[in-house]
Amino acid sequence: MKYVDEFRDPQKAAILFSEIHRLVDQIAPQEPISVMEVCGGHTHSIFRYGLETMLPRGIELVHGPGCPVCVLPIGRIDDCLAIAEQRDVIFTTFGDAMRVPGSRKSLLQAKAEGADIRMVYSPLDALALARANPEREVVFFGIGFETTMPSTALTVLQAEADEITNFSVFCNHITIFPTIKALLDMPGLAIDGFVGPGHVTMVTGAEPYQFIARQYRRPMVVAGFEPLDFLQAIAMLLTQFAEGRCEVENQYARVARAGGNEVAQEAVARVYELREFFEWRGLGSVDQSGVRFRHAYGRFDAERRFAVPNLQIADPKGCQCGEVLTGALKPWQCGLFGSGCTPENPQGALMVSTEGACAAYYQYGGLRQGVSA
Amino acid sequence: MNQMPTRRSFAQVLLRTVTLAHGGGGKATKDLIDDVFAREFDNEFLEPMEDQARLVMSALAGQNDRLAFTTDSYVVTPLFFPGGDIGKLAVCGTINDLAVGGAKPLFLSCAVIIEEGLEMETLRLVARSMAATARAAGVAIVTGDTKVVPRGACDKLFVTTTGIGVIPAGRELGVGRAEIGDRVIVNGMLGDHGAAVLAARGDLALETALESDCAALHELTEALLQAAPGTRFMRDATRGGLATLLNEVAAASGVMIEIDDRRLPLREEVRGVCEILGLDPLYLANEGKIAAVVPAGEASAALAAWKDHPLGRDAADIGVVTTGEAGRVTMRTLFGGTRIVDMLVGEQLPRIC
Amino acid sequence: MCLGIPGRIIAIADEGRKLAMVDVCGVRRKINIACVVDEAHPIDQCIGDWVLVHVGFAMSRVDESEAAHTLKLLEELAEAQQTLREMSLSLEAP
Repeated sequence: MKYVDEFRDPQKAAILFSEIHRLVDQIAPQEPISVMEVCGGHTHSIFRYGLETMLPRGIELVHGPGCPVCVLPIGRIDDCLAIAEQRDVIFTTFGDAMRVPGSRKSLLQAKAEGADIRMVYSPLDALALARANPEREVVFFGIGFETTMPSTALTVLQAEADEITNFSVFCNHITIFPTIKALLDMPGLAIDGFVGPGHVTMVTGAEPYQFIARQYRRPMVVAGFEPLDFLQAIAMLLTQFAEGRCEVENQYARVARAGGNEVAQEAVARVYELREFFEWRGLGSVDQSGVRFRHAYGRFDAERRFAVPNLQIADPKGCQCGEVLTGALKPWQCGLFGSGCTPENPQGALMVSTEGACAAYYQYGGLRQGVSA
Repeated sequence: MNQMPTRRSFAQVLLRTVTLAHGGGGKATKDLIDDVFAREFDNEFLEPMEDQARLVMSALAGQNDRLAFTTDSYVVTPLFFPGGDIGKLAVCGTINDLAVGGAKPLFLSCAVIIEEGLEMETLRLVARSMAATARAAGVAIVTGDTKVVPRGACDKLFVTTTGIGVIPAGRELGVGRAEIGDRVIVNGMLGDHGAAVLAARGDLALETALESDCAALHELTEALLQAAPGTRFMRDATRGGLATLLNEVAAASGVMIEIDDRRLPLREEVRGVCEILGLDPLYLANEGKIAAVVPAGEASAALAAWKDHPLGRDAADIGVVTTGEAGRVTMRTLFGGTRIVDMLVGEQLPRIC
Repeated sequence: MCLGIPGRIIAIADEGRKLAMVDVCGVRRKINIACVVDEAHPIDQCIGDWVLVHVGFAMSRVDESEAAHTLKLLEELAEAQQTLREMSLSLEAP
């Protein structure tokens, strides 16, 4: 596979592991260097390739709040169910959102009970369903960060151009930047550097991250998602530490350009505006961290077309997702991990999706558990 | 005198769709069974059309000292997919469940539950496919049942096949028999069926030439047991994929199994589907793949025997039974790192992260 | 949110709606290529392009020279490591 296999080359990985070991030895940190990645895709790649098992002890990976499925609030799932359970509605969603439990059930369970809930790969497929079923109301569950915002926006713009009247979006798109800032504002946060989300950067460019290096004095390297990308980014971060630099660097230049993607940015700006605040499961309310449709696109806004309960529902008792998300706790240190909270019966954000740190550790990572604690 | 036995004439159903009357037990049912099923399956055991097939025990004995007996239901959507259909699946799946126990498959039953309104032609095609598949495998479909349920009570067609086979004395395969040092082998490319059916469903709008690997594997299992008589265990990697199967072995045998990512045979298009959707091929269903646990000393003979057969050309040694946490399956990654391969939790869903 | 895979555009499907057929390892899908089309690179020039595909949209063109550059950096690192090894071996020699 072109542009994939080359970045999975074991020989080059060995080179990078060597370099990482050398750099950690050179830096000789008193405490392990703590690096946070803020993207579910990176969490997945780390576990799939067993990268963490091969890094030196002097470096520790923390899995941050970069999984948009994991941070879906329970109340918003209940809102989805309220829409999906209406008679004329075809409710469409990405696959991984279907398992997230609401207060009573998940979309998958509602589907089993007869609601017309369909999995789609792309919002374009949801729009196609709307075209093919003019007598039904097709709703698309729009989740994801900046990477996915443009695809929803472009789909809405296409619906507008084609004068489709039975299509709307339940918009849960969120932006990672205020959350990173909120994390960095937490007192005693022990994160030394960041591996940045390559596909968010593909859309936004690198400028929005500059505050992390300039204001909060933490270096960041934007990385692609193949294992060599991640390892190279770690090496670049360590090199910054060794050289006393603190910058935002881009490892993923083959896909992410400094200015991001203009067409995508324009579509996003045209269709959405920032919400004053938005709830993140496990983290609570974060200012200016979500988007909604502008008034001009109100007819595509499922929140305006359908009545939804719109309740804020707290996580179950004992849930410590917030502490794990911010790196204060390791997944296995949560009181519910593996006992009350498992992938079959998830209690909180980080167990519901396979990219959540807890689900990933539970399924893939048991081997290093407790070793670096 | 040497006369050709006159083949009896079969009923003819003219209706184009299956109705509730066809399930009522009266003439309509008899005609349906006769025209659609008996006509296709046609064999000496079925011919008397009694309520039961009667099988002569002495004919089954010989070197065999046990009957193998298994059943499975098939509920695939869509009914017809590249490389197969529900009928072929139902015959192969049950043949394979017998074959992996070291049995020679002999007889099948075929019970169908039909949704009112199903096209008669669809039913005929399924029956024809079952007949052809069974015939090619030297297996007879000897008894069955037909029910029709109201619209909505089932999804077009459900098929259940039950199979009987005979096991020669001395064969003792078991899921709990894996021993440290044993090799794990598979007969070819993984994930074809799961990926092909997913693409064929249409809702993901993926176009691919992928086909299901649906096949009867009894010749392959026999060849394995001849070449590697010390084989501990075989199982087909159906729902839940190879990962689920290996976890079952590891748990039942109280051992750890380590497989090697560099050795897993995978078709490019299956990789493509998995990369696009974020799926793991270890959890995709296979309908023509067996994993076997064989003593290390017999592994190359086992592989050679498989590679000699059309259904085993891409056979590979993918892992080893090793010391470590009992019940654990791990995978050595491309880089020498380690990853746990757990049981599938729920259904594997495409992801966007 | 991050799952993206490189694919090659093999045909234009709908010029007005900016839809194209992309090939990923022999698997094909119709995708929207609005994000990788502009005046400098109009739609009919897109055939053969390698793009990053995410939820049915081409989000960026994969830059061949940047990809080569990234890999070259690793090769240079390998050479540097080799040189260091040789140097430390020669230091150890009597």
